Amino acid sequence: MSDEIHAEAAGQAGMSLDERVFQIIVQHLGAKPAQIVPDASFIDDLGADSLAIVQFVMAIEEAFDIEIPDADADQLQTIGDAVAYLQQRLEG
Amino acid sequence: MPHPARERRRIVITGLGCVTPLGVDVASTWEGAVSGRSGVRPIERFDASEFSVRFAGQVPGEVRVDDIPSKEARRLDRFILLAVSAAQEAVRDAGLVVTPDTGERMGVAIGTGIGGIQTLYEGYQSLLEGGPRRVSPFSIPMSIGNMAAGYVAIRLGLRGPNLCHVSACTSGAHSIGESARLIERGDADVMLAGGSEAAATQIGLAGFAAMRALSTRNESPEAASRPFDRDRDGFVIGEGAAVLVLEEEGRARARGAKIRGHLLGYATTCDAAHVASPTEDAEGAQRCMRLALADAGLTPGEVDYLNAHATSTPAGDPAEARAIRAAFGPHVDRVAVSSTKSMTGHLLGAAGAVEALLCIRALETGLLPPTINLEQPDPECALDHVANKARQARARVALSNSFGFGGSNATLVLGRADV
Repeated sequence: MSDEIHAEAAGQAGMSLDERVFQIIVQHLGAKPAQIVPDASFIDDLGADSLAIVQFVMAIEEAFDIEIPDADADQLQTIGDAVAYLQQRLEG
Repeated sequence: MPHPARERRRIVITGLGCVTPLGVDVASTWEGAVSGRSGVRPIERFDASEFSVRFAGQVPGEVRVDDIPSKEARRLDRFILLAVSAAQEAVRDAGLVVTPDTGERMGVAIGTGIGGIQTLYEGYQSLLEGGPRRVSPFSIPMSIGNMAAGYVAIRLGLRGPNLCHVSACTSGAHSIGESARLIERGDADVMLAGGSEAAATQIGLAGFAAMRALSTRNESPEAASRPFDRDRDGFVIGEGAAVLVLEEEGRARARGAKIRGHLLGYATTCDAAHVASPTEDAEGAQRCMRLALADAGLTPGEVDYLNAHATSTPAGDPAEARAIRAAFGPHVDRVAVSSTKSMTGHLLGAAGAVEALLCIRALETGLLPPTINLEQPDPECALDHVANKARQARARVALSNSFGFGGSNATLVLGRADV
């Protein structure tokens, strides 16, 4: 598991924030490219369970070198939520 | 124990599945076992150059599983993946149909010596390198010992008893024996019973090597596992899983299942002496074989084949040989003995299940798998060895011994389908 996270953290230069998030979603939640839409719910649309979401949040933390408090992580229900949250944290 | 006023329910075996160093299914494993092939090779999955032992019994090739999304399969510890593969093969082989109704009467008991040791190791590495927030949420669910049984039940819809017997190298035999008790008692009609182990990892290998329990024959791995031979120098770690479908006989016959064999008896005892070494007279093992035969209502003279626990250690093999001679008395000459660990290596918590499976195949085919590398039998281990080449024998009854750290012993008595 940790290998995957490390692999992602490396060599992401040149990708936009959206693209990096989408790649992590594909790798960790097994989503297909067609499912990657802002409204897609991690649980209802991508079939993630609570453990998979924790792992996804950890991968985001590692990839973007930030810490996401549990209370914030609980608010991330959709792909759009995750992208908006990261934009706010990183650029806002 | 069955209620005295009620007739004891008989247990048949209707399906077999395995993944072993000899092959990724029953057919390839059996072909390897009767042709006297070794599944022991130099370590392939990590750099073992710093280790005093640099080989193990490793599954050759891709482990096959059905209907598991790849993102989910990637999360599974290898001991779970191996168990799922073996369980799916066993269920297919048995032609078992699981419905919401019948699933309530079907359970799973897949034992393991250690469980998800690699997952735990990786979680610990993440903790050391990145702190507690870097530990994967799958560290615990994928390393706990009962997750092989739990995950198999989830995939197959088996909603009866779900257990994991953790008794080191006796785990697989305990799972089968105790599953039979559950069916006898009426708690379930079908049990998927067996064991799984994936401890041929860095920490697994280093830990057993530190005990000086392993063979260090790095120059010729295929010759390293040599039970009963004068030049044995320790066991060889192996990985794999085996699952047997145990079924109440009436149910199996009513659905027209192919009966592969009978589970005729079972017993378990403890040495209560040392954490890892057998006692000189192996009294616990002797008593275990006697009790198992009594449980089956058989006498030593009725046993044709014995699959020994014999792991190729200096102390263990002669102790078991003494126990067999004591338990069989004058009948010891008519029981053919082999240790298939000479070919598979020692699959720890899966060993008893793989060996019970091989006993069933031996009874079905009339071919006894050999102890390979038995070039100079140790006089201390004198028995009727099936040495180096499979032997043709119309065997009706087989015994399978398993002994584990903690002094735990188990013996299964298996019978040919027509017994």
